Amino acid sequence: MPKKKLYIIIIFILIFVFLAGNLVYPYLKIFGLSVEPQFLPKKDFKLGLDLQGGAHLIYQADLSAIEKKDKNEAMDGLRDVIERRVNFFGVGEPLVQVQGERLIVELPGVRDVSEAIRALGKTPFLEFKEPKENYQEILEKNKKLLENGEKELEEPFKSTSLTGRYLKKAELGFDNTTNEPVVLLEFNEEGAKVFEELTEKNVGKPVAMYLDGVLVSAPNVQEKISGGKARITGNFTIDETKELVRNLNAGALPVPIKLISQKNVGPSLGKISLEQSLKAGIFGFLAIILFMILFYRLPGILASLALGIYIVLILAIFKLVPVTLTLAGIAGFILSIGMAVDAHVLIFSRTREELRLGKSFSAALEQGFKRAWPAIRDGNLTTLIVAAILFVFGTSFVKGFALTLSLGILMSMFTAIFITGNFLNIFVGTRFEKISWLWK
Amino acid sequence: MIPFLKYRKIYFVFSGILILGSLVSLIIFGLKPGIDFTGGSILELEFKDARPSNQEIRERLANLPLGEVILQPAGEKGLLLRMKDISEDVHQELLSRLNEKWGLEQKQFELIGSTIGQELKQKTKIVIILAILSMFSYIAIAFSGVPRPIRSWQAGAITIFILFHDVLIPLAVFSLLGKFYGIQITIPVTVALLTVVGYAINNVVVVFDRVRENLFKVSRRGFVETFEEALNSAVNQTLSRQINTSLTTLFPLIFMFFLGGETIKYFALALILGIVTGFYSSIFLATPILISLLKWRKP
Repeated sequence: MPKKKLYIIIIFILIFVFLAGNLVYPYLKIFGLSVEPQFLPKKDFKLGLDLQGGAHLIYQADLSAIEKKDKNEAMDGLRDVIERRVNFFGVGEPLVQVQGERLIVELPGVRDVSEAIRALGKTPFLEFKEPKENYQEILEKNKKLLENGEKELEEPFKSTSLTGRYLKKAELGFDNTTNEPVVLLEFNEEGAKVFEELTEKNVGKPVAMYLDGVLVSAPNVQEKISGGKARITGNFTIDETKELVRNLNAGALPVPIKLISQKNVGPSLGKISLEQSLKAGIFGFLAIILFMILFYRLPGILASLALGIYIVLILAIFKLVPVTLTLAGIAGFILSIGMAVDAHVLIFSRTREELRLGKSFSAALEQGFKRAWPAIRDGNLTTLIVAAILFVFGTSFVKGFALTLSLGILMSMFTAIFITGNFLNIFVGTRFEKISWLWK
Repeated sequence: MIPFLKYRKIYFVFSGILILGSLVSLIIFGLKPGIDFTGGSILELEFKDARPSNQEIRERLANLPLGEVILQPAGEKGLLLRMKDISEDVHQELLSRLNEKWGLEQKQFELIGSTIGQELKQKTKIVIILAILSMFSYIAIAFSGVPRPIRSWQAGAITIFILFHDVLIPLAVFSLLGKFYGIQITIPVTVALLTVVGYAINNVVVVFDRVRENLFKVSRRGFVETFEEALNSAVNQTLSRQINTSLTTLFPLIFMFFLGGETIKYFALALILGIVTGFYSSIFLATPILISLLKWRKP
């Protein structure tokens, strides 16, 4: 290859690596002076739940009461409701996902998991009821029962079709005269109609509002109410009212759910895990570099340089894709550093042999790359096949591992063949190629 | 040049004992499946002060519906509790009981319902079968062009044998660890062993590639070298690669083993065991078995 072309390629590689490095770590310290040279838009690593702390929950939906054709719709509805509830926690990037009859919820960084679980599973069920035909009779009877100290009273109201399902939105308001907090309800079009019929039918009678099966208030209807607006007054505190409004807006769960699996990691543990993995990676990398230089001399230094470039490039890819880094993902990445060395080892061993056979430097280099390639390709192929199977069928732990491992393998082949290859070619025809202890 | 093939009887005896011992250990002790496969829960706690004794903890948790609880110390003040899949209410009750008395922080809680466990077991089985099938087809393709006197089925059979060998030994170690330290086979350990399968084949492919190359040379030179010499030099030529690659993969794994938490520790251990076994088998088993097969066919 003409030298001029080679230098252009090398310069191109260096610029490329510099930009990747800047993306990965945009900080610079010169003589105690800290600067942040930012040439590319800032991006952060995406950390998985096990590294930043958080909860991974799997709910099983009970769809036994739902007809088969409506199951997908029910699951979508469930997802929407849970998504709205999740958004109230204000955690970064939550995930709600339907998987068959299951719902997967990820809450990264959530502090109080048990509180989150409680809030997610809660079913605020708003229901409007009208008086039964013999309403007055039941009231009289209940009054007597109460006087006799009985606890079991007969329910004077019966269910109507009006439930929280028809709610368009709920708002916090205050009563004009008493200044007490109230919940202002607004029904959607369909609900407004139902509400109008209900109030028309019951003018002069009470209409009861039940929340989660508990009577909250039962105001008397003065006249038919159209327009679909109602209000709930109870003896609520402001906080209670706020929570009520929130839950009403989030809506009721369309089907019952059950928590069947959870994994939650405290934020302190996540931080420790991250530190441990980074430490293992850095120490492992240093040990490899030391070994490579002691064993392979100058090619070892070049390989270490290539390895450094490999790490920068792969981290840049993690940021760009972005790859969610989990404990398993980092393990796969660290493992791939070791494997990246394999390609170099194969090439160098081969080149060294060719040199010992007395071939010229450039011929040995060419043969080294050519002969090592089938072994590199075949060897990595088996690992790639395993990784692909793991990725397709695996759980989240397995997927993270398989993804970073395969990205690492692909990138390592690129660095070994393209980057290290070009670096070594610089020495062709220079004085260095004559100094045999550097190479053999 | 080291005459590796000369002492092959020693390796065969040694490996025979190792394989037999591994099988015995697996049959007698079996493997302890983790909650990934059986369903259950693991709770990791850290106490504010010194960790109370197991006796005290058990008394405190008496009459909670936990089933059988395994207590395992973790670090200085940490504790791992393994039990059946408990409900969220029981989980909270357990925490508050211990917290009231000693003060603690929950570091990690994992609950896997038994249905999910069953599913994961099923899924893992599929993954293992697929991985092995694809490796077999890969081997069939990779060795379809070996020159005589080696037949491709011989190379394939040896690779498959090595593959089982490289997984068998780590599994046996885990069966011992399971028996004496309660270490379980989890999904991470399974994944590590599947990766070992990839490595095992990788190693054998590198050696046999070299064997193939040397055999071509032999036939060209008109049998100046014997087959045994050609095979032996293949082992020697690939020796430094096998050592270096194994070592550079082992370095980060050893750090992962010592620095990593519970999950990563045994994942790394399974890989370390697999890589060490794979190194041994690629040098001391693959080619020696090959030459024995050849000699056996032509007495």
